Amino acid sequence: MTTASLRLALVGAPNTGKTSLFNSLTGSRQKVANYPGVTVERKSGGFVTPEGRSVTVLDLPGTYSLRGRSPDEEITRDIVLGRFDGEAVPDLVLCVADATNLRLTLRLVLELKRVGRPMMLVLNMIDIARRRGVTIDLERMSQEIGLPIVTSVAVRKGGVDELLKRTDEFLARSHEAAASQWTTPTIADLKAAQREADRIIAAVVTLPTKPDTLTNRIDSVVLHPVGGLVILAVILFVMFQAVFTWAQPAMELLSDGFSALGQLIHDVMPEGWGLLQSFLQNGLISGVGSVIVFLPQIIIIFLFILLLEDFGYMARAAFLMDRIMGGAGLHGRAFIPLLSSFACAIPGIMATRVIDNRRDRLTTILIAPLMTCSARIPVYTLIISAFVPATTVWGFVNLQGLVMFGLYAAGITSALTVSAVAKFFLWRDHAPAPFMLELPDYKMPRLKSIAIGVFTRAKMFLYRAGTTILSMMVLIWFLASFPTAPAGAEGPAINYSFAAMIGHALEPLLRPIGFNWQIAVALIPGMAAREVAVAALGTVYSIEGGKEAADQIGQVLAQKWTLATALSLLVWYIFAPQCASTLAVIRRETGGAKWMVVTFIYMLALAYAASFLTFNLAQALGLH
Amino acid sequence: MTGDPNSTQDNLQDIRLGHADRGFVGKIIRLDALVTGSSLSPQELEQRLVEMGFVEGARVEILHEGTIRRDPIAVRVDNITIALRRSEAMAVIVE
Ligand SMILES: Nc1nc2c(ncn2[C@@H]2O[C@H](COP(=O)(O)OP(=O)(O)OP(=O)(O)O)[C@@H](O)[C@H]2O)c(=O)[nH]1
Ligand SMILES: [Mg+2]
Repeated sequence: MTTASLRLALVGAPNTGKTSLFNSLTGSRQKVANYPGVTVERKSGGFVTPEGRSVTVLDLPGTYSLRGRSPDEEITRDIVLGRFDGEAVPDLVLCVADATNLRLTLRLVLELKRVGRPMMLVLNMIDIARRRGVTIDLERMSQEIGLPIVTSVAVRKGGVDELLKRTDEFLARSHEAAASQWTTPTIADLKAAQREADRIIAAVVTLPTKPDTLTNRIDSVVLHPVGGLVILAVILFVMFQAVFTWAQPAMELLSDGFSALGQLIHDVMPEGWGLLQSFLQNGLISGVGSVIVFLPQIIIIFLFILLLEDFGYMARAAFLMDRIMGGAGLHGRAFIPLLSSFACAIPGIMATRVIDNRRDRLTTILIAPLMTCSARIPVYTLIISAFVPATTVWGFVNLQGLVMFGLYAAGITSALTVSAVAKFFLWRDHAPAPFMLELPDYKMPRLKSIAIGVFTRAKMFLYRAGTTILSMMVLIWFLASFPTAPAGAEGPAINYSFAAMIGHALEPLLRPIGFNWQIAVALIPGMAAREVAVAALGTVYSIEGGKEAADQIGQVLAQKWTLATALSLLVWYIFAPQCASTLAVIRRETGGAKWMVVTFIYMLALAYAASFLTFNLAQALGLH
Repeated sequence: MTGDPNSTQDNLQDIRLGHADRGFVGKIIRLDALVTGSSLSPQELEQRLVEMGFVEGARVEILHEGTIRRDPIAVRVDNITIALRRSEAMAVIVE
């Protein structure tokens, strides 16, 4: 076939499985999770149908109507109506419905029909409907709404065969697109459409005599006014403890492995290759290696988040937190973007697209970088393991894990405080936005998709270690090694290097908060990514200290820093805007540099002030 | 600012969903978004409620309540569950 590829678009209410279908049609791995509003961008992919047609398919954000009340819904509206710059109208709209929950999508289908594009209705999640004993008279339904209907199971192998076959049949015939009659529906239109949808459902769907109550039974525990909050706190607590305790054995293994590798390089390198040896040992192994050691922790935190997302807990957590968030002036839908920011602020900031009100969205974007992202874990862990003893308190709590939990709590508290303050000073007259969120039925997390999710994140982490972090390390190693010490110089050679010059130049600025020149050097490349600071410290101290230092960066820190300095650096990392990519995303999502600059300045000011306080307080208390 | 939502009541049996307790089961009679504690305009609020399936005749049940001031609430509307605040639920008149 040589014809230009045909264009499909996946449209439907949120959480009906559009992205799952997209993934299984195109073999992609876009993010899938069990809450409304996962997809906030247009994603395009391609595949070839069994009959050899080449097809481009668009995955779109879910929407309840074409009205477009938030930035994500506008994308869907513009694509469907052909208003999106650089995108032709789709040749075929695949309207995706959750077969167990037809009401809202069916009303959307009726609205979409007015747009006049060739369309097919996909009843997805038919496996769940069948398991519950829901029967749907497909023939009658197809007659009633005047569209071809096909069923699918997006998450099962072979679950889209039928869809592929019918798409081929559909595309084989020629279809005239009618002129669009779509106008923004009035309330009366919506009600009429809903009544029509309900009428059709009543005519074609037979519900089982015994309804499925599992979700409700779980919810009466998980959403219990008191018990629910306790459960949420326990989940978060276990998560942060696990990051520490479960990861420990694997991290030690990795760390020993890198030490052995460094030793090996040291031993096999012939004499006279000092520079290359130093590069491999100090730049690569002490630098990049010291970041890779944190892979087990990254895996654990993502494992937790992915499990919660797939199970359907996120929307419940948003429900439990709504009043507390509202008290801090946050929009009810801000919770999920903020919780995603525990992984990384970038997807968190993107996810704020589901927030319809611009001010509420801005507040959420402003505070998302304060949530403890996974890139802070290496920094926190390094300092905590060097300065906090691994004792057990209250019989079962690991003290290091407790400090970690405290840092997370500090991030959350400061985010809520900043939001409350912003609300008070910037937009006091702005009334709290409403909270309306569908609570999806729980689903058993699927092993395969969790595994793929964790694997994808781990790969991204390693990729970053191999690119951003590696290139920063090369730079730092160079700066810390050249110019070499003059003949007969005293003290470590690094004292004569560019790195020392830069560090000493910055030191006066950072001395009030207890940072030495080595930290100053680490903070600048640390702007590329937070973990780089760990790698940079590893390199700087190992060049300075020789072989033993290369092995155990934590022990070196424990000797070289006072506790006051360590605490000050921990606090610095709660607040400091140490991530250039986050700032870039803020700029893109807010459509200008203004809010990026605001974020940078306020975070920097907070970081400096908080570190200053911490350092001086700690010194006054005599914590050396 | 927000008048007493009860004052617009025209039938003694009708109550606003925002006032109902957990376990309440009823049917939607109509929407009246004029006097609620919501920050949305009546027009916008009504539109959103309809978009979430709150239309006349739908069966509603309050399944769960939040911790602080028993807010928000989780409402079963026919066969989907929607979480919303009581101030928005004030616009839903049920019997
Ligand atoms: N059992 C079953 N689960 C499915 C099926 N399709 C999707 N799911 C699950 O349903 C949930 C939602 O899937 P997504 O693909 O993220 O839904 P979406 O329509 O892209 O959602 P938004 O991007 O939020 O609009 C996920 O937990 C999927 O694993 C299906 O056919 N059967
Ligand atoms: Mg999606």
